[in-house]
Amino acid sequence: MPVLEVDAATSGYGQMEVVRDLSLRVDEGEIISIIGPNGAGKSTAMKLVFGLLKPWRGSVRFLGEDVGGLAPDKLVRRGMAYVPQVANVFTTLTVEENLEMGAFTLTGPLGERKRRVYELFPRLHERRRQRAGQMSGGERQMVAMGRALMLDPKLLMLDEPSAGLAPLLVDMIFEKIEEVNAAGISVLMVEQNARKSLELAHRGYVLAAGRNELDGPGSVLLDDPKVARLYLGG
Amino acid sequence: MTTAPRSSPLRRLADLLTGASGLWILLAAVAAAVVVGSFVQGVEPQRLLSLLVRGVMLGGILALGAIGLSLIFGVLNLPHFAHGELMTLGAYLAFFLVLLLPSGAPLGPFSFGIEFLIAVAVVAPAVGALSYGLDRGVYRPLRARGSAPIYLAMSSLALAFGIRSVVYLVWGADFRFFYPGRARPAFELFAGIRVRPDQLFILGLALVLIVAVYLLLERTKLGKAMRATADNAELARVAGIDTERVVAFTWMLGGSLAAIGGAMYGLDAQMRPEMGWWLLLPLFASVILGTIGNPYGALAGALIIGIVWQVSTAFLNPAYGPGVAFLLMILVLLVRPEGLFGARGKRA
Repeated sequence: MPVLEVDAATSGYGQMEVVRDLSLRVDEGEIISIIGPNGAGKSTAMKLVFGLLKPWRGSVRFLGEDVGGLAPDKLVRRGMAYVPQVANVFTTLTVEENLEMGAFTLTGPLGERKRRVYELFPRLHERRRQRAGQMSGGERQMVAMGRALMLDPKLLMLDEPSAGLAPLLVDMIFEKIEEVNAAGISVLMVEQNARKSLELAHRGYVLAAGRNELDGPGSVLLDDPKVARLYLGG
Repeated sequence: MTTAPRSSPLRRLADLLTGASGLWILLAAVAAAVVVGSFVQGVEPQRLLSLLVRGVMLGGILALGAIGLSLIFGVLNLPHFAHGELMTLGAYLAFFLVLLLPSGAPLGPFSFGIEFLIAVAVVAPAVGALSYGLDRGVYRPLRARGSAPIYLAMSSLALAFGIRSVVYLVWGADFRFFYPGRARPAFELFAGIRVRPDQLFILGLALVLIVAVYLLLERTKLGKAMRATADNAELARVAGIDTERVVAFTWMLGGSLAAIGGAMYGLDAQMRPEMGWWLLLPLFASVILGTIGNPYGALAGALIIGIVWQVSTAFLNPAYGPGVAFLLMILVLLVRPEGLFGARGKRA
């Protein structure tokens, strides 16, 4: 059974249709990367999956159940986690408090969960009492991912995790994504950095004008001359 | 002629004045003006110190309103214009209960008996619940319909007028006193500082409540979630925080604190139906000064506004108090709209 299955879904803002007949699938243990030019509807697709937008047509199924338009806090309880591209940390809260907010739905001690996140991101442990607003872009991305991992999600969704980061930090974040995935968490990500993300991903989807244009294994898409010409600058 | 390089002294001065330190410089200038002004006008230092203590007390009352106002704005993006009226309502409802309850002997040096404390303890949660009721009945349906923020703001203004009219209808336009004729004279605390016992009580209670709010926001899960939602409501939803519960709790807390603040204001001076309306401007000035949405900033802002308001009465007619707060708010908006604790470019 796929973790996530989007079937011919159409949605948008107000009257404006942004994604049309979008279909994609995430199987257990996969890293899936969505690439495409600006305005192709990548972020909208993420919002649709995460219940921030309702599907006008088509369906979104998570772990076999229809979750189209289900509120984010319900999806979080079911095992979906989402890291937005911008404003993805609580700037006036400490690193530790940011992590705690990721587990709001749980009662009881969080020590063990925090420990696991700190194990993945030792840097966060060093700076756990610091306000997230005073941290660098790379550290913020770690805080945001750490927050999303607090509930041990089945599916981690990342909206442009490398946006605005220096190349060295991009490599570090991508390594962390691989580590998270190795622990059995499926990953769905949207990336501007098409080449790097396709190298990492098991499969990729190419979006154009709100539609699926192409899909396939990352390495195949990397070698596809059309993809190369359009999105890899080569 | 060469054009001035970017780091010319003038340029650096301008950067300094509009940076985070600019606001502190502005406040220091206000303080310096007070000292120079009192020297010129021959105001005794004892009077100034007494006013300073009174200002801190007034700041404590304002903080009880401003903390809720700031949280409500942060969580709901609503400038709650009816917040002053929640203070009015708290004062009058406490007054109603004090008349209803058997009147006890004054407690120690204070002017009030045990019935006043009981009344405040009952009224605070009642006004908190009423605030949440207003949200469920008015603001939430508007939010659910996706109304523009201006409609929400205007409906809160309409509620302010509505609540004030009810107060006029029930209690009339006359000034009311909790304990007419019972006011204790001011005594000398130390170093020539003169305060009334009731004012020390108000200061103490405000302090206790502020510490309690601090502990709530820092130590409890719901308190942290309130700060998180006030910081970034969209992310709070995405992170899986039950924002409806946070909203309910914010109204309960904001309404309760405002009611207590109103009762304390009534105890210190007197009750008038428009008292909350006149407090609204200093409340917003405090919230803006301390960065909108930051409850601790609201506390700092309230203390500054309270002190400036009181100390200004050494030179000006006390009726100008809210005007002084207004002037300070305008200056803050001009120099640094994001307030004392805001990040540059984030929210005006």
